[in-house]
Amino acid sequence: MHGQPRPYWNPLVAGLVLGLVLFAAFLVTGHGLGASGLSARLTAALGSWILPEATAANAYLGGYVKAGAPLAGWITWEVLGVVLGGLIGSLTSRRFRPKVEGGPRLTPARRLAYAFVGGALVGFGARLARGCTSGLGLSGSATLAVAGFVFLIAFFAAGFLTMRLVRGAWT
Amino acid sequence: MSFPFYDSGFWPALALGVLFGLALEGAGFASARKLTAQFTLRDFSVFKVMFTAVIVAATGLWLAEELGLMAPRSVFIPTLYAWAIAVGGALIGAGFAIGGYCPGTSAVGLASGRWDALVFIVGMIAGAAVFAWGFDAISPLYWAAPGPKGQTLDQLLGLPVPAILVAMIAVAAGGFWLGSRLERRFGGPIGSSDVTCGSEGAQPPETGTRPGSMRPT
Repeated sequence: MHGQPRPYWNPLVAGLVLGLVLFAAFLVTGHGLGASGLSARLTAALGSWILPEATAANAYLGGYVKAGAPLAGWITWEVLGVVLGGLIGSLTSRRFRPKVEGGPRLTPARRLAYAFVGGALVGFGARLARGCTSGLGLSGSATLAVAGFVFLIAFFAAGFLTMRLVRGAWT
Repeated sequence: MSFPFYDSGFWPALALGVLFGLALEGAGFASARKLTAQFTLRDFSVFKVMFTAVIVAATGLWLAEELGLMAPRSVFIPTLYAWAIAVGGALIGAGFAIGGYCPGTSAVGLASGRWDALVFIVGMIAGAAVFAWGFDAISPLYWAAPGPKGQTLDQLLGLPVPAILVAMIAVAAGGFWLGSRLERRFGGPIGSSDVTCGSEGAQPPETGTRPGSMRPT
């Protein structure tokens, strides 16, 4: 199954397709695409399973619990589609690889530790910002929202600065 | 016919998600090494894909309004909460450089078999839980410095939308030109065979080959 992987799309073609999908999302739903909203819903769902009372009483998650099934919503179906689309894309292009992907100098265990820490920062940051690279960076900026561009500037500036510290993990 | 339909039901959500996932995976954004190479200046795909997509969708929205297919400001426009969005955006940038993904790309990373993407997602849930746990203390920062509701760049700068679009195209073109030069200088961009070699595990340290020179096995 590990044949030669097909090359990635030209970035301008990928950007054009992504832009058309984003435009279609606005036409159909009235809002753009998202992703990190699901992490709040997953946290609410897991929380109400493990710590039902504390989660229902929580100032941030309580609303999700009160509304009923925390996972039943647009963002859940959309991200499910993203996973499905990623699976179709990677399988048909022979780019699917079960592996831990990291820099050449990082052991798999350390790579996974980096992934967890980075994921935690992103999970926290996305709740604080009220969105992520998809919801604010892509969708927000496409509506020309000032919020979207402030997000993108902060995202790219912090990414370049942090990479100066963790460069050895990737190169 | 009048857009938007305001249909956020199961099937449109799933269909739009599938297309979103196909585009992200096709761009190579299931690979943490390709994504993070944006910040080592070796691969400008993140910048190129994002800016192209934003310009295409922004132009589409402007045209739809101009042609009377859509009422002005009938789509959701996020409001600026300056501190929360600046600090949150910076945390996402830092987490991206450390962990290798953002939320959407971690979903296609997982779909492409990357175990590190799964761990990243678990980390995101943990981060969201910490945020929820400390929400009372974070709340002043969360609500600080609100901007006008749904303010857009054309409103802020007092310019017509086409002028903003032309300025964005100019910034993108400059960035693409500079990015492609830097990519060539640093041995990028990263191709699909560069990140699929080896079936599992990060490369051990004694494999001293430069990632870009590896060929698939």
